[in-house]
Amino acid sequence: MSLDTVIAGSYFLAAVLFILGLKAMSSPAGARRGIVWAGLGMVLATVVTFFWPGMKPENLLLIGAAIIVGGVPAWISGRRVAMTGMPQMIALYNGMGGGAAAAIAWVELLRGGHGGEEFGWTVIALAVTGALIGAVSFSGSLLAFAKLEGWLKRSLRFAGQNVLNLVILLVAAVAGVLVIMGVSGPWLTVFIALALLLGITLTMPIGGADMPVVISLYNALTGLAVGLEGLVLDNAAMIIAGTVVGAAGTLLTQLMAKAMNRSLGNVLFSAFGETAAESDEIEGSMKPVEAIDAAVMLGFARQVIIIPGYGMAVAQAQHKVWELAEALMKRGVRVKFAIHPVAGRMPGHMNVLLAEAGVPYDLIFDEAEINPEFPKTDVALVIGANDVVNTAARTDTASPIYGMPILDADKANNAIVIKRGKGTGFSGIENALFYEDRTRMLYGDGQAMCAELIRAVHEI
Amino acid sequence: MIDGFVALYIFMLAAFVGYEVISRVPVILHTPLMSGSNFIHGIVLVGAMVALGFADTTLEKVIGFVGVALASGNAVGGYVVTERMLEMFKRSKDGDRDEE
Repeated sequence: MSLDTVIAGSYFLAAVLFILGLKAMSSPAGARRGIVWAGLGMVLATVVTFFWPGMKPENLLLIGAAIIVGGVPAWISGRRVAMTGMPQMIALYNGMGGGAAAAIAWVELLRGGHGGEEFGWTVIALAVTGALIGAVSFSGSLLAFAKLEGWLKRSLRFAGQNVLNLVILLVAAVAGVLVIMGVSGPWLTVFIALALLLGITLTMPIGGADMPVVISLYNALTGLAVGLEGLVLDNAAMIIAGTVVGAAGTLLTQLMAKAMNRSLGNVLFSAFGETAAESDEIEGSMKPVEAIDAAVMLGFARQVIIIPGYGMAVAQAQHKVWELAEALMKRGVRVKFAIHPVAGRMPGHMNVLLAEAGVPYDLIFDEAEINPEFPKTDVALVIGANDVVNTAARTDTASPIYGMPILDADKANNAIVIKRGKGTGFSGIENALFYEDRTRMLYGDGQAMCAELIRAVHEI
Repeated sequence: MIDGFVALYIFMLAAFVGYEVISRVPVILHTPLMSGSNFIHGIVLVGAMVALGFADTTLEKVIGFVGVALASGNAVGGYVVTERMLEMFKRSKDGDRDEE
C-alpha cells in the first residue's frame, strides 16, 4: 500500500468520523460521543499529513512548532473560559480558522502552482474567493470577540456605511480579478488587506442581540472558505468537512435570524437599535415587590415557569436558580424552564448554562412548546431576560422587535421579574411587560436575589 | 488529482449532508453544535500544514507558519470548549440527582 493511499484513506476515514460525529451531536444523549469521534478523525488526519510526500524536511519542524504555538494557548484558554464566555471564544477560534484558510490561499497564490504545474485560472479564482471569505471571517470574528469580551463598547454607525462596505467589496473584487488574470503588481497584498478591512467594517455596526447571528454566519463562512481551499489543494477531507460546516452553519444562521423574526440582510445592514426613537410611550408604572412576598407567590404556586436571560449569565446566577427550583420542587411546585431561541448571546447558550448548574434537559422547553402552558401557570419568573418577554413585540408596530415571537410571560397569573435596575436592557428598548398590572419587579443582583428567595422559601 | 466535476459532486453532496444533519437538531444543542462544527472546520489544519510544508521563500514560510498556528488554535480550542459543554448535558434520573 503506498503512502498516498494511506493518506487518502485516512482522510476518508476522518471525513466519515466528522459526519458521524456531527450526526451524534444532534441528540443530547450521543452528543459527547460525537465530539470524541470527530476529535479522533482530526488527530488521524493531522498525523498522516506529516508524511505527505514531497514536503521539505526542514519545514516539518516549523509545522510542529506552529501547531504548538497555536494549540497550547488555545487549549489553556479553552479549559479556563467560563461558560458565560463561550460565545466569544467560539468567535475567536472560528476567526482563527478563517485566517488559516486565507493564509493557505495566500501561500498558494504566491507559489502559483504545485508539483511543477501552474494553477489554471479556475483554481486561482477558487483560491481568491476562499481568501476573501476567510479573511472577512477572520477580522470579523476577531472584532466580534473584542465586542463580546467588552474591549469594544460601542457600535460604530454612520450614514452611508452600507455604501462604504459595497465600495470596499467592489475594489477588493477588482483586485481579486487582477490577481486571477495574473497582472503583476501588489494586487495580492492589496486584495488581502481589503478583505480584512471589509470584515471589520461589516461587523462594526452590528451589536448586542445580533451578535450570535453574526458569529454563526462567520462560522458558516469559514466552513465555506475551508471547502474552497480544499478544492485548491485537492484535499477531499477539507472539501467535505468545510462544505458540511458551510451548509450546516448557513441553516443554523437562518434558524437564528428566523427566531428573531428578521431576515439575515436585516441583521447585517439595518443598524438595529438606533431606529427605535418613535416607539409608543408605555403607560403605567413598574411595581416593586419584596423577596419575601415573591417567595410566598412562588412557594404556594402549582406551576412556575422560569425564564432565564443573559442577565442570569452575567450575574452567574444559574446555580442559585437551580437551587431555587429544587427548593420549590421539594414543596411540590411544578417547575419548568422556558428558553427563547435568542436568549443569551448564542442559540442554546442558556441551555448550556443551565446544564452547567445541573438542570436536567427534560425540564427545559423552547418557546413553541411552553407558550400554551403560560395561561395554566401561576408565576412566570423572569431572571435577567428582557426583549424575549417584551409584549411590545406583539402590539407596538413601531418597536424594533415588533413581530418577534416572545415567551408569553404576561399570560401567566403573575409575572415576577428579577432585574438589576430600572433601566432598559441590552437592546435599549422599554419593556411593556414590566408595566403590566400583574407584573412585580424584584430589584437586585440575580444571584443575591435568588439566594434571598431560597432562604424565604425555606422559611414559609 | 480530483477531477473538476467529481470535486463539484463532492461539494454538492457535502452541502446536502450538512443541511440534513443539522435540520433535526433540538435548540438546546445549538450552541454546542455551532461549537462542534467550528471544531470540524479546524480540518483546515491539514491544508495549512501542506501549504507550509512546500513553502520556499521566507514570506511563504511566515504566512504558512501563521496559517498553521491559527488552524491549530481553531482545532484545539474548538475541541476543548465543545467537549466541556457537551459533558454537562445530563438527563434527570429520579433519585440520583446528587451524584457527581
